[in-house]
Amino acid sequence: MGADAAGSGAPIERPEGRYLHGVPDADLKVVGKPWRKIDARARVTGQTRFADDLFAPRMAYCKLLRSTQAHARIVRIDASAAEAMEGVYAVLLGKDLPITFGILPVSQDEHTLCIDKVRFVGDPVAAVAAVDEDTAWEACRKIVVEYEALPLVTDVFTAAATDPEAPHEHRIHDYGRLGNFHRQENLEFGDLAQGFGESDLVREDFFFFEGNTHLPMEEHATLATFDPDGKLCVQSSTQTPHYLHRALAKVLAEHVPAHKIRVIACPNGGGFGGKSDPFSHEIAVAMLSIRTGRPVKVTLTREEVFYTHRGRHPVLMRSRIGVSRSGRIKALDFETHLDGGAYGSYGTASTFYTGALQCVTYHVENYWFRGARYFTNKAPCGPKRGHGTPQPRFALEVQMDKLAVELGLDPVRIRKDNLVPANSLTANWMRVGTMALGRCIDQVVAGSGFLDRWQKLPHGKGVGLACSSYLSGAGLPIYWNAMPHSGVQLKLDRSGLVTVFCGSTDIGQGSNSILAYVVGEVLGLDPQDLRIVTSDTDLTPVDLGSYSSRVTLMTGNAALQAAERARDLIAPHVADKLGVPRNRIGFAKGRVFDVSDPDQGMPFADAVQLAESKLGTIGTTGSYRPPKSPARYKGGGVGPSANYSFTAAVVEVDVDPETGIYTVPRIFVAHDIGRSINPCLVMGQVEGSVYMGLGEAMMEEMSYRSDRFGVHKIPSMLDYKSPTTMEMPELITWLVGDPDPNGPFGAKEAGQGPLLPIMPAVANAVFDAVGVRVDEVPITPEKVFEGIERARKGKEPRVGPTKTPHVDWPEARKVRTPWQGGTGLEVEREQEELAAARANGGASRERRGD
Amino acid sequence: MSPREAPDRRKTLGEFRVNGERREVAYEPHRTLLEVLREDLDLTGTKHGCELGECGACTVLVDGVPVLSCLTLAQEVEGCAIETIEGMADKGELHPLQDFFAELGASQCGYCSSGFMLASKALLAQNPSPSRDEIRVALSGNLCRCTGYVKIYEAVELAAKKLRGEPCEPSRECTHGR
Repeated sequence: MGADAAGSGAPIERPEGRYLHGVPDADLKVVGKPWRKIDARARVTGQTRFADDLFAPRMAYCKLLRSTQAHARIVRIDASAAEAMEGVYAVLLGKDLPITFGILPVSQDEHTLCIDKVRFVGDPVAAVAAVDEDTAWEACRKIVVEYEALPLVTDVFTAAATDPEAPHEHRIHDYGRLGNFHRQENLEFGDLAQGFGESDLVREDFFFFEGNTHLPMEEHATLATFDPDGKLCVQSSTQTPHYLHRALAKVLAEHVPAHKIRVIACPNGGGFGGKSDPFSHEIAVAMLSIRTGRPVKVTLTREEVFYTHRGRHPVLMRSRIGVSRSGRIKALDFETHLDGGAYGSYGTASTFYTGALQCVTYHVENYWFRGARYFTNKAPCGPKRGHGTPQPRFALEVQMDKLAVELGLDPVRIRKDNLVPANSLTANWMRVGTMALGRCIDQVVAGSGFLDRWQKLPHGKGVGLACSSYLSGAGLPIYWNAMPHSGVQLKLDRSGLVTVFCGSTDIGQGSNSILAYVVGEVLGLDPQDLRIVTSDTDLTPVDLGSYSSRVTLMTGNAALQAAERARDLIAPHVADKLGVPRNRIGFAKGRVFDVSDPDQGMPFADAVQLAESKLGTIGTTGSYRPPKSPARYKGGGVGPSANYSFTAAVVEVDVDPETGIYTVPRIFVAHDIGRSINPCLVMGQVEGSVYMGLGEAMMEEMSYRSDRFGVHKIPSMLDYKSPTTMEMPELITWLVGDPDPNGPFGAKEAGQGPLLPIMPAVANAVFDAVGVRVDEVPITPEKVFEGIERARKGKEPRVGPTKTPHVDWPEARKVRTPWQGGTGLEVEREQEELAAARANGGASRERRGD
Repeated sequence: MSPREAPDRRKTLGEFRVNGERREVAYEPHRTLLEVLREDLDLTGTKHGCELGECGACTVLVDGVPVLSCLTLAQEVEGCAIETIEGMADKGELHPLQDFFAELGASQCGYCSSGFMLASKALLAQNPSPSRDEIRVALSGNLCRCTGYVKIYEAVELAAKKLRGEPCEPSRECTHGR
């Protein structure tokens, strides 16, 4: 990255400059150290202002009236009694905001407030702004809504059976494929018939992963302020201020233009994916503020948070796998059925994600993926930590365990023999770079004594192994564009202060601190001395948001570029002043100096002043977008990433064979992080992921009463069980890996991958303990007990699904694998491309976005 | 309007002792301690995760005992010594619990941290050398979704050591893994 007087230029696709992955740890002053987070003090003193901590003069309180019906036509809605109440400033109905929105361009299927029909219990139908919350609640109760019930769909079998010829109202949405199918995808890589033909053993298994929710400690809240000068400011507990900005601009187009809308993401009190969609309550308070000329705040109750959801999809799966006698995977035919709930949300991406990462841990020679997403009358599902990949990972890892037992191999051997090599392409064209899964497995196997204990422990005690992988950021943005995914601006002040501006949102993972560590390392400054300004669409360059484990890698690379450019602006002037060659200038400990004679130099502030005297105000930018993916087929936009993290876990269980009640005494986990930018924060992400995975494995589930209008059974923190201190086991963690060339300083993600192996490792451990296969998540004591009972009665000791809905799949898009000489395109388009290339004399075709 | 439709919202005047200061508040008598702290006294460091007594985020100390401020009527605690997170640091000097919650990242998003630290403070006042199991039990009414509780245990143990005047460096295992 050469000196650039403008301090800006084209986005980078991988780190450049002095701080490549190859820099030895010993040469790094900031990176790799367990610093406390730059905002830690505010977080432990109660000074961090979350969205509901904001109050403004003349502020009105908003409450939403939500549907009591799961699927119904709105026949009549009368808000006159509410409007007449003292203390009510405004009432908003669906017709006031007729423009639809949704996180993905392909599913703009939500109204801020329902207009003609409701699709799940909890769907918002009206919004009130009033002098206080009590008045707003009372006003909501005075709004009369007359519903006419429509046929209820609460499971994928019913959804699949919706008669395409039936009257229109049987469909929950009038888009998507026929009936209540939202998506149907069919992708075939390689030659499945040949792969199964070459297999010595073929197994077919069915699995079910129940839905569960993020349960962030903070309930969603938003404060909207419309100024007399026509500008709107929305402060919200959102992980994606940029996408919220776009949704507000679309829905409020007639009221306020995009450039007059400012979105500030408040620090999130936990996100986990649950604050990644634009939400009705965010748009409603914006409109109410426009209507009333007052700041308007809304804070959801915990019950509303359950209905707002966007969490883990329930997924029913069928997996047919063919292996050689030695356990090499010849063919995998994998089918997923996602119960999407009432809206699209991220569901199109979720559908592809249930198939995208099945080949990045173990080499699969031929791969067939079919995925269907259904609309049902339940709270909408979306992205939760691991987005669409924990369900298929559960299936694959349990199936690997079954294969090992059937082939007389051990679970370690079958996995290690199948590992995807580093720097290779998978059957579905995912590019794997550095890959330390083998070391992760070795670490947890040795650390837990797995091989001495597996199949050898007394009845009731067991150990289970499972592995996983996750992406460090999605390779494509949510809406198709060629702009950077992350931008960073630096402002260098004469005082020596460096201010970092970035659109990223700290949801507790420490992304603000990552910016400070990266810039501090390059400019030789104490990270605590930097000023970090983030997640404000008026002030900061766009970062797409805190999702898909993208923030450290993408903002880190953008910050690296901006900081390198700042160095390049300053160094020549210091060199001239000192009378030394430019390549001898170093930055460390708040000084800029001659590396051959470190006493010769000046404080950083003096260096900035020197540069400012010559160049004027000092500012730089950095921007990043992920490398282009070789997966060029339609549907290949989901799954590619700059790099992949890997995790292995061993879980111990202690099962009471009389009751099925079990505990988890210890978990061993090893995570391939590449290189940690801050190992202490990585440890926190790994530990938190393992915890959340354990909750999903043992107890967490979203369950609805299909016989009572699809109402949620347990929308409270007491009844929706999540692990407390009493359930959390001892956790032994290793961070392993080699710096990855695509990550800043070699970093990979940490916030999602380590969740994934926990559910299958628990299932495999339960089998080791009592010989029962629970092919379902959560693995509740009831299910374990049922399996034990079945064994006693001489039946197959297995609990789980036995079928999937019938689907008339569309014709497969066939893609040749890299080892078949494929090009990453569908076979059909390969031929088109070839013909076009012949016609154009070799000009290559631009890739198509999905 | 009938009385049923227009509830009596007239305020009462109460006096609270919060973080060692006397505070006079005019508040609606049905208000909870949580509401009075956050909305009348602007002490927003006390959080809410459910307002049903299920999550522990709103924990404050009343006469040194952890209570759920969302289930406590403000009227019940007039005259009691109330401690919130804002009163935990001493003239800008962090309490050892705050210090180690910050140091280890036991506070990730930080939303549950006030409740955890106050519950821990009450524990350490009673039991200066708690075992890990005793810490587990004392904190079992507080939910955290970020940390898996691991860093919280380690922070409480280190703070206890510091309060006992013992060496209290975080282990390498805790900050870097094995």
